[in-house]
Parts: sequence; C-alpha cells; structure tokens
Amino acid sequence: MIPSQFDYVRVQSVDEAVAALTEHGEDAKVLAGGHSLLPIMKLRLAVPSVLIDISGIRDLSYVRVEGDEVAIGAGTRHHELERDAVAAAEVPILPYVAAQVGDPQVRHRGTIGGTVAHSDPASDLPTALLALGGTVVVQGPGGRREIPIPEFWLGFFETALEPDELIVEVRVPRTGSAGWAYEKFTRRANDWPIVAVAAVEGRVALANMAGSVVRATATEEALARGASIEEAAALADQGTSPGADMHADQEYRRHLARLLTRRALQRASGGAAAAA
Amino acid sequence: MQVSITVNGQQRTDEVEPRLLLAHYLREVRGLKATNIGCDTTSCGACTVIVDGLSVKSCTVLAVQADGAQVTTLEGLAGPDGEMHPVQRAFREEHGLQCGFCTPGMVMAAVGLLADNPDPSDREVREGLEGNLCRCTGYHNIVRAVRAAAQAGPAAGQVPQVQEVQA
Repeated sequence: MIPSQFDYVRVQSVDEAVAALTEHGEDAKVLAGGHSLLPIMKLRLAVPSVLIDISGIRDLSYVRVEGDEVAIGAGTRHHELERDAVAAAEVPILPYVAAQVGDPQVRHRGTIGGTVAHSDPASDLPTALLALGGTVVVQGPGGRREIPIPEFWLGFFETALEPDELIVEVRVPRTGSAGWAYEKFTRRANDWPIVAVAAVEGRVALANMAGSVVRATATEEALARGASIEEAAALADQGTSPGADMHADQEYRRHLARLLTRRALQRASGGAAAAA
Repeated sequence: MQVSITVNGQQRTDEVEPRLLLAHYLREVRGLKATNIGCDTTSCGACTVIVDGLSVKSCTVLAVQADGAQVTTLEGLAGPDGEMHPVQRAFREEHGLQCGFCTPGMVMAAVGLLADNPDPSDREVREGLEGNLCRCTGYHNIVRAVRAAAQAGPAAGQVPQVQEVQA
C-alpha cells in the first residue's frame, strides 16, 4: 500500500514548522515518528498534500522537572520515555505505559506529541495522561498557549489543536510515590487495547470506551464520597459509549471497563510498587 | 527529492518520490531483497531493519525520513568473507526458522534486542520480539536461537555499519 502523492517539507525549528503550517493550513499534516499517520495515509484515510517533518527539530525531546510539573518534549519517543530516569522517579506511570505501546520497533519511532495529536480513543499514553491531568502546550502563529488535557481530545481523530498549531510539550503533575496503575486488555501481544484503564490516585481514565479517551466520572465521584473500590469500579462504564467490532461487543467492553477499573484501583491503592 | 542513505556501509544518493517507503527503497532502488514485506501494516515485522542502531519496520518509514541515516539490512550482517553474524549462526544451529519468510525481520529484531539487552531471559526475548510474527508459529526455536546467540558473546548485539555489501 502506497500513500497518495504529497510534498515533503523538512523543518529545523518550531518557528519553521508553524510557518509551514500557516502556509499550507488544513492540507498539511505534521510528521514526527509517522507510526499513526503513515498507516492511515497508506489506507487513504488521510490524504494530506503536504507533510511537514519535524523529526529534525533539535531540543524537542526531553523530560525535565519544572516546579510541581514534569515537562516532556513533544518529540520524545516512546522508547526514550520508557527508560527515562526523571520520568521513572517523578511520574512513573508514564514510562510504564510508554513500554506498553505497540512493540519495540513502534516505540523506537513513535512520539508522545504524535500520539496526543492523533487522538485515537485506544491510545495508551493519552489514557495515562488523562488520568494524570496537566496541559498540552501548543505553538501557533500567535505564540504559545496551554490546553488543559481534559479539554484536548474532542472525539475520534479530533482535538482542540488548530490547523496552524504544533504540539511542543506535554506537562503533567509530579506524582512521586502516589499510587497508580495501568490495566490493558489485548488479544495479542502488540495489539491496541480492547479496553484499558489508567488510575492515578482517585482519577480514572478509560481507553476505547468512547470516541476519545474518557474519564470514568461516576467511579471518580463514588471514590470521592468514600465508596469502596468494588462499588466505585461497578460504575466505570456509566456515561460511556463503547463501539463494537470483531474483538468485542459493547456489553463485553462495559464488563472489561468495570473489571479492569477494579483491578487498577486495587493496584493503585497498594502503591506504585504493586503496579510494577 | 534527493536522499543520501548509507545502507550496509555504502552511501548513495538517489532521487526518490517523497511517498516511497523505506522497504521499497531497499528492495527496488538498492536491490536488497532480503527485507520482506509481509503485512504492510506495521504488524508483522518481516520488514524490520536497523536505522541508526534501532530496529524499525521499514514499511512504515519513508525513504526521505532515512535521509542521512545508517541503515543495516540482513545483507549487511554477515562479514565480508561471508562469515555469518552470531545471530544468523544461532538461527541456523537452533533451527529458528521454518518457511523462512519472517526470518530476515526476526534476525534484525533479535540483533536490535541484543544490542539493548545482551543477556535476555526467555520472557524478555518473547517481549522483545513481540513485533515480529512467525506464521509457522516456530517461536520456541526462535527464542532458543536468540538466547544461544547471547550466550555466544557480546558480538550478537553488534550491528555492522561499515561493510561493503554487493547488492
């Protein structure tokens, strides 16, 4: 399978990338690792006329502590996040989840900015980010702005990003030794999750239970008013709208969401060590 | 557009369409046919090659993205006198292949795995090769081969970069 023809532009800086996005508008797509974009271009689900390759931009790959937050450069590849010592100490759910993405070859190419921009409801890292909270930092022709993570994903392949904006950074709170867990259910080793659940303290996010990654708000509210893990987890699928496909029907996905939420909360309440 | 890519130690400049996939570049422009294209959807790993020291699936990389990179294919593993790479030798000795279609990608993924983890456990080998499918289901001997290669010494994780390879 070969993508449609496109023009290829390689940029060396964020400013150049934004200028190219401003020039080409909605006809352009940003190429980083390409492991979400190229497959859908091969299927002709995306037919951009211009690809703007940002992988040559220096200094877009980093993980560092800034105050109460951890800042992650949008160009950080999954295999870099997977083995990053700062991330492991400050926000350990992220390297753990980065290691669950696809397979080693995919993790060698894919970036956190790419998976955030792609907005696939079954994505691992966005699910963890939604449980963490924080912001997505984007740059456009008018400068930088921060979009709160809960407001970033609007639906299937749909985000709050404007066509002339580039994701430059993801910022999440430092969680340190707070409890966390990520429960991913797949049929085969390197599959996307049929359902996945991320839990960080009392916050719970679900993959593949709606058009985008979503919070399990009924579960979170139950936990906040002191319900048991079992009672709270039984509400995990409330307000969700899972799809059906060859892997699972809607009722099975709802069952998985409740089950995996219970497991995730049990692990998270046991502290970070129990989640490894 | 023009790309300059070093494959198995040989640098060459070629004019390519931006949409040309690295897998097609290697097979059709460079004439290196060991890299197989299986699923063409980033799933099976048959097209795995090593780019700048890391394993990648060449069906999901554009040739233009490899501009300036060092690429190693299966053809680049053996020594100049034809001496097999330790991973190739272990696959032969442990019968780590049946039909052979997945083998080039499996060997390249194994070299990448051993470069990162020189002495993996069975489980680490299985997880490290999760991106490579063997439709003959010959996984046991593949895992045995990778562990045997690791036992043979640190050369199993070395990626030759500067050999002259005849296309």
